[in-house]
Amino acid sequence: MATHESAAQESHAHAAPQGFIRKWVFSLDHKVIGLQYYFLALAAVFVGMFLSLLMRIHLIWPTVALPILGDIKPETYLTLVTMHGTIMVFFVLTTAPQGGFGNYFLPIQIGAPDMAFPVLNMLSFWTTFLGFIVMIAAFFVAGGAPLHGWTGYAPLSAVQSSGPGEGLGADLWIISIAIFCIGALMGALNFITTTLDMRAKGMTMMRMPLTVWAWFVTAILGLLAFGVLLSGGILLLMDRNLGTSFFVPLITMNGQVTGHRGGSPLLWQHLFWFFGHPEVYIAILPAMGMCSQLLSVFSRKPIFGYKAMVYAIMAIGFLGFMVWGHHMFMSGMSPYTAFAFSIMTMGIGVPSAIKTFNWLGTLWGGRIRFSSPMLFAIGFVSLFVSGGISGPFLAQPVLDIQLHDTYFVPGHFHLIMGVASIFGIFAATYYWFPKMFGRMMNEKLALWHFLFSLIGTYAIFMPMHYLGMAGMPRRYSQMTEVNYLHDLVGLQKFITYAAFITIAGQLIFLVNLFWSMFKGKKASDNPWEATTLEWTTATPPPHDNFGGHTPVVNNGPYEYSVPGAPRDYVMQNDPEIEPAH
Amino acid sequence: MGLLLLIIIWLITLVSTYFFVAKTWWLPVGASAAAPGIDHHFTVTFILMGVVFVAAQLALGYAVWLYRDRGSSSSKVAYSHGNTTMEIVWTVLTTILFVGLNLASSSIWASERFRAAEANAVRVEVTGMQFAWYFRYPGPDGKFGATNPELEDASAGGEAALGLDTKDPASKDDIVTGTMVVPVNREIEVILRAHDVIHSFFIPNMRFKQDAVPGLAIHMHFTPVQTGDYEILCAELCGLGHYKMHGMLKVVSQEEFDKWLAAREAEKQ
Repeated sequence: MATHESAAQESHAHAAPQGFIRKWVFSLDHKVIGLQYYFLALAAVFVGMFLSLLMRIHLIWPTVALPILGDIKPETYLTLVTMHGTIMVFFVLTTAPQGGFGNYFLPIQIGAPDMAFPVLNMLSFWTTFLGFIVMIAAFFVAGGAPLHGWTGYAPLSAVQSSGPGEGLGADLWIISIAIFCIGALMGALNFITTTLDMRAKGMTMMRMPLTVWAWFVTAILGLLAFGVLLSGGILLLMDRNLGTSFFVPLITMNGQVTGHRGGSPLLWQHLFWFFGHPEVYIAILPAMGMCSQLLSVFSRKPIFGYKAMVYAIMAIGFLGFMVWGHHMFMSGMSPYTAFAFSIMTMGIGVPSAIKTFNWLGTLWGGRIRFSSPMLFAIGFVSLFVSGGISGPFLAQPVLDIQLHDTYFVPGHFHLIMGVASIFGIFAATYYWFPKMFGRMMNEKLALWHFLFSLIGTYAIFMPMHYLGMAGMPRRYSQMTEVNYLHDLVGLQKFITYAAFITIAGQLIFLVNLFWSMFKGKKASDNPWEATTLEWTTATPPPHDNFGGHTPVVNNGPYEYSVPGAPRDYVMQNDPEIEPAH
Repeated sequence: MGLLLLIIIWLITLVSTYFFVAKTWWLPVGASAAAPGIDHHFTVTFILMGVVFVAAQLALGYAVWLYRDRGSSSSKVAYSHGNTTMEIVWTVLTTILFVGLNLASSSIWASERFRAAEANAVRVEVTGMQFAWYFRYPGPDGKFGATNPELEDASAGGEAALGLDTKDPASKDDIVTGTMVVPVNREIEVILRAHDVIHSFFIPNMRFKQDAVPGLAIHMHFTPVQTGDYEILCAELCGLGHYKMHGMLKVVSQEEFDKWLAAREAEKQ
């Protein structure tokens, strides 16, 4: 597998492994690796969610002791904040949509037998897995996990004496992220090469499903962004342990001069957000692709403006690298650059709006089937609009003066990069479950899960905007010390109750997932009557995806309700239809 | 199912919008010269984005209900791959909306941040440290005395916490306090410093927020226009005591301010 020939398809025929270890543990099969990523993310999301529940409980009942953990101290709360954010961003939002579904379905959707580099693929998963273990280990070392937030601003993160958890716990946190970056870089290379080199005959770039476009652009973002975070992380480790001063100037900590000299705390912020902002799009782009796909499938209508959608994905990816400074309007960075970053950030709203218009255009005039994947796709559009609309507030430095580092910010990013992306993951799960496991998920349970999730997340995150406007700062473990915050405790209580109910609703999903795996109704090869290549093959797909032959693609990915066609959908490998106008 | 979705999406929109429009929770009272301009732009942004929000959600709910699969009674699906004219129209419209909104606010940003403080502004040095704010006034000589990290003693508070170098003649008349007192209707020049980690100096009623960064002295300004007591918060995660890094801003008349300053000077002698 070391060399890659242009006759990529043939060179990738490898026999199916027999033993358990080679088949399910150190597998080279992109489908197994996709499932491994998915279940890693599933474990991570429940850890992350549990941490958020503890945060919510402590916020409104600060004196209540919890089982196992006992009294929650202010630093414990900040530890929960840090680990919740880090685990969710890296091991859920980056892992499930790209590593999970991208791995499983990108090769099949382009008609390839596997990823371009199967060994690299296996390595990237196990690297990510190792990163997760190291991250969790931070909880169990002396001093516990770090309290510096998922953004790890220096000098708080760069000096061991800055607080509890900033010793070994913080080192493990950085090492875990560095390991994750390496895994993500390997994955990105694989995705890009596979998309460019492994497409079946007739699968031109402009016939690729929008899911593939999203994974492809996401991989490019990953390739450019994770390298920067990796370097930043290594420098931070050196500042902490080797006495360098990349990010730390002359400071005193607990009355002691630390010995650092001449470093720049803002340098860390630039490096971090140069990764951090594209990361937002790494989380949401696959969900956008997924949503486009599903709205077309379940409206029985071609996607509205395929080309515009492709250009919008590219524009978002491109602009995503020029807006990182909008996280730093209040940081002490030059106010002139703030002006430039602000214009670019408002600009990124344009392709986002184009996508929203096109989603509505796809629904318009369709014949909508409300299967479970579609419910979550519709929910995604609603959340994307709600979370997107608060962006232009934060993107304007003048308004950011008041809103920066208040609850308005978590309200905004949870709706859009958090929950909207999660809705993409749910939609993908319900949609592809039949192909992955050969059985259908239960639609009734799915409906209840959808209702809990949609109403619940709005009940949690919409009030956070109100809190932010009223001036409630983020990352406050208690509301006792600031007078005007006392009036906001009631709203915080409401959010905590809503979180309880929403999290309970997620158990419905868990039950449905595992119950359906063994007891669900048997699925046909194409239960949703969709057009893309994964629905042309057996269920679950054979080891080489298409059972010894390579599909030939004749049509675009969204040919639904084609006038004169025998069915209301024309598959990508069906004989070519008249070019559409 | 289409109807259920319509009801849920519309209800969510209605309830969310109600609390914004009713201003059940809203920006704290503005008490600085910049506040009306900032608040006005907030309202403009709020109205424009609110219209987009409500329109998009209503359209979404309406579309999923109207175009639900009604079996054989459904009308024929419109086979269409899109419409280039419409794409261009909404691209241009959103560009004008977003960029225009941004340009409209740029003059406020410029007056807040591009311009240095006036020469006759009242100068206050603000220092953040885990987990307190200290305020220093230069005294009659108008000069801040030197500080030295080696001399810092946070537990002693006051001048010692800042590490004021008493050998420097300019430091003799420096006043260090734990409460920020300023005269009303005068521009206040704030010089922001931090000793250990990044803090953020946040006075909600003044529409003022700026990080205090170790190694930098950041010059900012604001003009309070109403007397009263206003809370000061830390807005950047600075460690376990972040939530209690709290201070007070007292805005008083010029006479009261002069009297207060003179009393502090007298105490020092």
